[in-house]
Amino acid sequence: MAHGPATLADGWGKYISRWVFTTNHKDIGTLYLWFSFAMFIMGGAFAMIIRAELFQPGMQLIKPEFFNQMTTMHGLVMVFGAIMPAFVGLANWLIPMMIGAPDMALPRMNNLSFWILPFAFAILTSTLFMEGGGPNFGWTFYAPLSTTYAPDTVNYFIFGVHIMGASSIMGSINIIATVMNMRAPGMTYMKMPLFVWTWVITAFLLVAVMPVLAGAVTMMLMDINFGTSFFDAAGGGDPVLFQHIFWFFGHPEVYIIILPAFGVVSQIIPTFSRKPLFGYSSMVYATAAIAFLSFVVWAHHMFTVGMPIAGELYFMYATMLIAVPTGVKVFNWITTMYRGSLTFETPMLFSIAFVILFTFGGFTGMMLSIAAADMQYHDTYFVVAHFHYVMVAGAVFSGTAAVYYWLPKWCGRMYDETMGKVQFWIAFIGFNITFMPQHFLGLAGMPRRYADYGLQFADWNMVSSIGAFMYGGAQILFLFNVIRTIGWGKPTDDPKVWEGAEGLEWTLPTPAPYHTFATPPKIK
Amino acid sequence: MSTEGTYYVPDQSKLPIFAATGMGVMAYGAASWVLEGGTATIFLIGALIMAAVLYKWWSIVIDENMRGLASPQLKHSYVLGMLWFIFSEVMFFACFFGALFYVRVLVNSWIGGEAAVGWFDDTPTDAAAANAVHLWPGYEATWPPMITPDQAVNGDAAQFKGPDQAMNNPGILNWGSWLPFWNTAVLLTSSFTVHIAHVALKDGNRKKFNRWLGVTVALGIFFLFLQAEEYIHAYQELGLTLESGIYGTTFFMLTGFHGMHVTLGTVMLLIQWLRGLKGHFTEDDQFGFEAASWYWHFVDVVWVGLFIFVYILT
Repeated sequence: MAHGPATLADGWGKYISRWVFTTNHKDIGTLYLWFSFAMFIMGGAFAMIIRAELFQPGMQLIKPEFFNQMTTMHGLVMVFGAIMPAFVGLANWLIPMMIGAPDMALPRMNNLSFWILPFAFAILTSTLFMEGGGPNFGWTFYAPLSTTYAPDTVNYFIFGVHIMGASSIMGSINIIATVMNMRAPGMTYMKMPLFVWTWVITAFLLVAVMPVLAGAVTMMLMDINFGTSFFDAAGGGDPVLFQHIFWFFGHPEVYIIILPAFGVVSQIIPTFSRKPLFGYSSMVYATAAIAFLSFVVWAHHMFTVGMPIAGELYFMYATMLIAVPTGVKVFNWITTMYRGSLTFETPMLFSIAFVILFTFGGFTGMMLSIAAADMQYHDTYFVVAHFHYVMVAGAVFSGTAAVYYWLPKWCGRMYDETMGKVQFWIAFIGFNITFMPQHFLGLAGMPRRYADYGLQFADWNMVSSIGAFMYGGAQILFLFNVIRTIGWGKPTDDPKVWEGAEGLEWTLPTPAPYHTFATPPKIK
Repeated sequence: MSTEGTYYVPDQSKLPIFAATGMGVMAYGAASWVLEGGTATIFLIGALIMAAVLYKWWSIVIDENMRGLASPQLKHSYVLGMLWFIFSEVMFFACFFGALFYVRVLVNSWIGGEAAVGWFDDTPTDAAAANAVHLWPGYEATWPPMITPDQAVNGDAAQFKGPDQAMNNPGILNWGSWLPFWNTAVLLTSSFTVHIAHVALKDGNRKKFNRWLGVTVALGIFFLFLQAEEYIHAYQELGLTLESGIYGTTFFMLTGFHGMHVTLGTVMLLIQWLRGLKGHFTEDDQFGFEAASWYWHFVDVVWVGLFIFVYILT
């Protein structure tokens, strides 16, 4: 191409049209990442409102109706607006550079996948300002809460989810086509970096389950507006049918969130251990095994709805099986570090914290998988603590690690190591103060999704809220670090950035040029 | 794996942002349309934007192909894109078929107070027994359910009322006068005719291609006509509607979504037919047509599933 990307020096018009009309995978990756951060701040603000209300027992700041909207919107925004787009952004930036491709396979569709999201989330958040308020039925939107008893604005939620799903499906098809079709000569499947592997499997999961989510919200739409009875036993349907369909989507969805995080950590740990990843092929097979199992365990979210005993047993044992490939991964990360020349830069700190805290979240998952024990844990704060250990300390920590790790390659400037470490420790300590006590609250019987609680839960809730504000503050520091790096960080032009880094993206100049690998490299 | 360094990466494009705008307006418009007193205006504006963008988008892609910008590698990306799109459609239908099976095999008998037929054990669970005694006394599990649980308890005051008659399989000997059978015949035939057209195109026999693709489009339209007849029959003579409990729900949602996909497939094939008349496609480059024909075969396979599980096995 004759010209480089437009900068602010070319005037605002050109600069804005660059981002709106772009077909460049790096621009689109950047858009995804900034969008996801904006959503992360918004979802985080909702969480702060929740924790502020729960700081003390009794109703303090907001009405219970609004509290319900906050828990719902927090979940929806974080899952669909923050975490998923963050990893799609990383995929856009990194996959072409990692496999030696000039761009994504379908660049225009790539742009479309991104620009649907601002519309979808504008529709979703606008419901908060409408009569009746936003969605208030939990991010899992169980029928009949989301059908018979939902506010009218549920229709906006339904169509918002529809176009969000279209965005995800197009994005995933693009990733699959890129990986299957765009690898440089000699880049066989078993030479691909693990991040690419985890993403292509994630993309497969997305193409498989986003249509099921579309089906679920379509059934809701019909039940609400057109007199069908999918989820109404009076007509011969069943509200539990909703849960089956939702979790057939929902369980693969949680792996959609965590698998790319596995990929990120599998890139970072070898670099700072100065050793190749231990057990590469077992990592690939473990990822595939986790993806397969994710389709056959969904009803472990529903142990208390009254399934036949055979169903309870099957879903219990199948769920426990997931610990096997996950264990393979955890042991491989640890073995990669074993006898390595470890250094502890910020990405490595986040990655090690990931391994420890994700494993902790995995263990509480094992506890929850025991059907008999789950009768006690179900819908308590124990579940909340469990999935925040895997969502926050898992997905968000690894996303943060990825930003620190690749940011110098993207913008040619180093972040400030001290600032990075300060953020890490505040986030790490704040996170644990927030969510560790929620295990105790849950085991003591505090139910989730309530705006108020009994006095016996007061102390740990106050501790949890203090931790949450601390963790929230760490994100402001993160934003500051990133902006400071991009604007005023120490310039670097070392292609490798990190001495132990391996992979095609580190053979490119730093900062990465606008177009890379126009001619594919040869991989030996 | 790529072999040459000439993958076409398009320059900046205005298409996607207009498409995203169209989708956003459509989504917002659809949501306000279904509300009490809502109108379709905003939705239609969105749909119009979307239609214009898609027309422009495909014109550009076709133009790029004709200018030789599409390398074999890029064409393979399009192939992969279409195949995985069809896979996502398969999963969409799997969702509705799954709902049908779950309701038919498990829920229906549970509401009727029986154990699920032959699954694991035959003793009714406490929950199923409680259903029969406390929630829906008098409901008997049959498929299709002609009386909804609501009706069994509340009689004429029920909100959900079953159909007067079901879309029953009259037995194989009487299939000659049974509309779904003819629908099946029409759609299966169209899968063959589109294949004949494909083979003709590969042989360079343009006349034969145009003729058989035209026949396929006509069969698609005929199928839609028959389907419309069947819906009128169901609504007016059988009293079977979308609101006839779970049977009407699953019947109309499955066949309705299939019908929408047939409509889409017919439009796709019609456009390929018009392109063929304009002289598009060559003996070895015909992806637009091929993609539409794969979609058509997919729609056909879904119908076979519908014919078996919605129509025959009642």
